[in-house]
Amino acid sequence: MVNLIWAFLAVAGIAYAAFNGTMEEVNKAIFSTLDEALMITLSLAGVLIFWLGLMKIAEEAGLLAGLAKLFRPVVKRIFPDIPENHPALGYILSNMTANMFGLGNAATPMGLKAMKELKNLSGSDKASRSMITLLAINTSSLTIVPTTVIAIRMKYDSSDPTSIVGATILATIISTISALLIDRYFYYRRKRAMRS
Amino acid sequence: MISIWLIPSIILLVLVTATVKRIPSYEVFVEGSKEGIQIAISLLPFLLGMMVSIAIFQASGAMEAVVKLFQPLMSMIGAPAEILPLAFIRPISGTAALSMTTELIRTFGPDSFIGKLASVMQGSTDTTLYIITVYFGAIGIKRMGDALKVGLLADLVGIIASIVIVIILFS
Repeated sequence: MVNLIWAFLAVAGIAYAAFNGTMEEVNKAIFSTLDEALMITLSLAGVLIFWLGLMKIAEEAGLLAGLAKLFRPVVKRIFPDIPENHPALGYILSNMTANMFGLGNAATPMGLKAMKELKNLSGSDKASRSMITLLAINTSSLTIVPTTVIAIRMKYDSSDPTSIVGATILATIISTISALLIDRYFYYRRKRAMRS
Repeated sequence: MISIWLIPSIILLVLVTATVKRIPSYEVFVEGSKEGIQIAISLLPFLLGMMVSIAIFQASGAMEAVVKLFQPLMSMIGAPAEILPLAFIRPISGTAALSMTTELIRTFGPDSFIGKLASVMQGSTDTTLYIITVYFGAIGIKRMGDALKVGLLADLVGIIASIVIVIILFS
């Protein structure tokens, strides 16, 4: 499916540009995006290198295992396929915690490391059940304090920059719970399809 | 702000615990860090490819055309049409969504209905396509299964939820 979406976006864009005289913009966008992608990867590399180093210390010091133990009842329900005491659990929890506090650039490295651990578990190039669940949690966002949005509101002189926090938390809770339910629904559908 | 204390506190906690437990912290740090380089490099082709495709679609004006197509649907549920481009772009491009949110807040004011709706929408969902590209790209997942469907459906629910919640709470 991703192949189709990827090709469609580019093909439809170029076709649209051909009929609407925006080919110049398309040209510019192609080359500026190459730079942009490289810059994003580079800054992501810095963050990755730092956090994965720090988290390796946390893992060896037993902090991740502690975190995993603390939240085991909840996480076991969300990720029933991951064996107990597997290092993936610690990284998944660090990813979720960092997300909740709005530490996006700490959350990504831990999420990626968690994915890597999950791949060690499944050993295939197909997305496993736990991978899809972790992805669903991350795409629905877990932010409790939307720091970036508050900063923008402050910049444009909001009389109450944090007034949207309650509404955001409510929307986040709903979107995360639905993400988990939708994920479960597709899992059971896959299972049924496999049996028949 | 608590948030400026958060990251230094995490670093403090990790390093103090490691030192107490006599773990060679610096050596372990370097060992773990190396993995970061490898992940970042394997990520680049996935990210670059996806970003170029999205950029072509946006720069050509096709994105805007799609948004216009759905505008009547939006006014049917009582949401202002101005918010629609943001709802569309939020799952696809994080930077574009952020600049759109900023623009909406600047134009309509942070305390207006549209300003609040944009704020909640921006804060309560994340960029699904980016996350899928990065997370699966980093570990070389080729067959994504239902991941994209699950992510996009959850976005749809999240966006509808923000509209409904903001209407109930603020209007």
